[in-house]
Amino acid sequence: MTDKSKKSTESNASNASDLEFERPITELEMKIKDLEALSQSSGMNLNGQLNPLKARLDKLIQDVFTKLEPWDRVRVARHKERPLTTDYIQLMIDEWVELHGDRLFGDDPAIVTGLAQMDGERFLLVGHRKGKTTQDKIACNFGCAHPEGYRKALSKMKLAEKFGLPIVTLINTPGAYPGIGAEERGQAQAIAMNILEMSRLRVPIICVVIGEGGSGGALGIGVGDRVNILQYAYYSVISPEGCAAILWKSGDKAPEAAKALRLTADDLQQLALVDQVIPEPLGGAHRDPAGMAQILRDALLAQLRELKRIPTDRLLEERFDKYRNLGNDASVLAPAGTASPADSTSSSSPEKASEESAG
Amino acid sequence: MAMGWNRFRKKKDMPSGLWTKCDQCGAMIFKRDMEKRYKVCPECDHHFVLTGPERVELLIDEGTWIEEFAELSATDRLHFVDKVPYTDRIEKTVAKTGRNEAMIIGSGQLGGRPIVLGVLDFAFMGGSMGVIVGEKVTLAIEHAEREKLPLILVTSSGGARMQEGTLSLMQMAKTCNALGRFDSAGGLYISVLTHPTTGGVIASFAPMADMVLAEPGALIGFAGPRVIQTTLKQDLPPGFQRSEFLLEHGQIDRIVSREDLKEEIGRLIDFVKGPVVRAREAKVAEAEG
Repeated sequence: MTDKSKKSTESNASNASDLEFERPITELEMKIKDLEALSQSSGMNLNGQLNPLKARLDKLIQDVFTKLEPWDRVRVARHKERPLTTDYIQLMIDEWVELHGDRLFGDDPAIVTGLAQMDGERFLLVGHRKGKTTQDKIACNFGCAHPEGYRKALSKMKLAEKFGLPIVTLINTPGAYPGIGAEERGQAQAIAMNILEMSRLRVPIICVVIGEGGSGGALGIGVGDRVNILQYAYYSVISPEGCAAILWKSGDKAPEAAKALRLTADDLQQLALVDQVIPEPLGGAHRDPAGMAQILRDALLAQLRELKRIPTDRLLEERFDKYRNLGNDASVLAPAGTASPADSTSSSSPEKASEESAG
Repeated sequence: MAMGWNRFRKKKDMPSGLWTKCDQCGAMIFKRDMEKRYKVCPECDHHFVLTGPERVELLIDEGTWIEEFAELSATDRLHFVDKVPYTDRIEKTVAKTGRNEAMIIGSGQLGGRPIVLGVLDFAFMGGSMGVIVGEKVTLAIEHAEREKLPLILVTSSGGARMQEGTLSLMQMAKTCNALGRFDSAGGLYISVLTHPTTGGVIASFAPMADMVLAEPGALIGFAGPRVIQTTLKQDLPPGFQRSEFLLEHGQIDRIVSREDLKEEIGRLIDFVKGPVVRAREAKVAEAEG
């Protein structure tokens, strides 16, 4: 994002947003940049020194990022320089027409909606907006949407349905906004309504968690035929801090909570709660936003083209079946050591239960 | 939320005195008077939290209740350990409540009308929704759809169950997914919000009913009042997130006292589904006769 090389100071002036585990990487990068500058200004060939350093850098980034703990990943997902919905609109969308307002109360800046075109594929884009500048962030409530945001999303999704446009949602929120106005205007109802309606909208829906998948606020635009998550994004029922405060009685235990909640992309794929993990550039999306946007664009184009070939009725049936069995597996519904489903008192239950455990 | 539950448990576990104290108005109440009013304070109308089985007893005609899937028990798929392992919490709660999960589902008659009923029991881990609760809500919806019966769901819940992580969160989608199909098929769903109903339950299946009722004075909201207070750093308006507040803000259809609940639900069913229910009864009677 910021071009660090422009700042000719050799010290750590631009490192403020680095996470501590990134510091050795930044230091090595600085060293390489300095050498490159020297090579350029002096005309000396320093490749002999540069190449091993570059190889070391790649290895270092790989080492650091493969060893990230879940809590570190949460912090990468919240990284100040991580690309946001608005960045992806700029970097990967060829044509963009923003549409505003929920027609009921207002225009929530924390959710952006609009018509988008990418390599000839037209679709509706819905995304959380966190804001870039401080002012912007405050205006967007740091990506925490109000009911009018969810209702704006739904009204535009209905528009998309009417005209047969597929829907792409980019999820990046710490959670829905907790406030007096939000409660007065039915925050819970707005989210519930979106979840229900998205399960039966008659157009393809692709969701991508690009940063923070914060609980109901994320799910409110998160029901679809393909649910993707970027490699270092997370998706959780509660923030690690919130969970730690309640269960450990201490916000300091957020790293433990992050681990226990199994909120990383890999965990979610293992639990069959997401369909695909989209890889990020080496060292995370924030190290190469343009590269990330290209990867995401390719993934979205592939899914858009795949889904539009599926007849609508089948698409809806497959979506229904996927959500019907979410979180279920044989061991959950017929756990060892508990009574078998056949013990049920109801005549219709045993066959139903065995159907379930078979799935 | 957990506080309310403990308060209630303590009351219930109190050695059998004849008198109890209303924790709303402080009045000393003759216990039998309160029991007669289904745990509603005769002085101030405060509605105490009912357990799941008590709620079933309140709404279902005697001798007609058939519980389903009572054997389904919470499982610890994430191997979740905070201060205590989740499995220990489950074990303790099962021992204490004598039930396997927070959701009770089944069918029975409400004033002679066949219905499917689901009740979230706050006494079981704060009525929180994990995979099995979400599954049982879904099974109840599917039962109502299959048999073309009215569906009544009564909630009291702190929200999603943290110990099942994102699996819990996804139960919001699972239940709404099933409700979408039930709704499209013309099914009747009446929701009863009781104290307290918050978080992932109020943000999924609970408000997605054809008619939404609430008991008086129930705490109902997306974010807990403490979370909002911490975020805003200001005092909350009086009556914030109570049933009366929701009614005033257009979020629910009616506030119904516990004493009238069974009769009101029956009347609502008759208004919108009378002929269907009658036709079904006629069919059943024909088959039997």
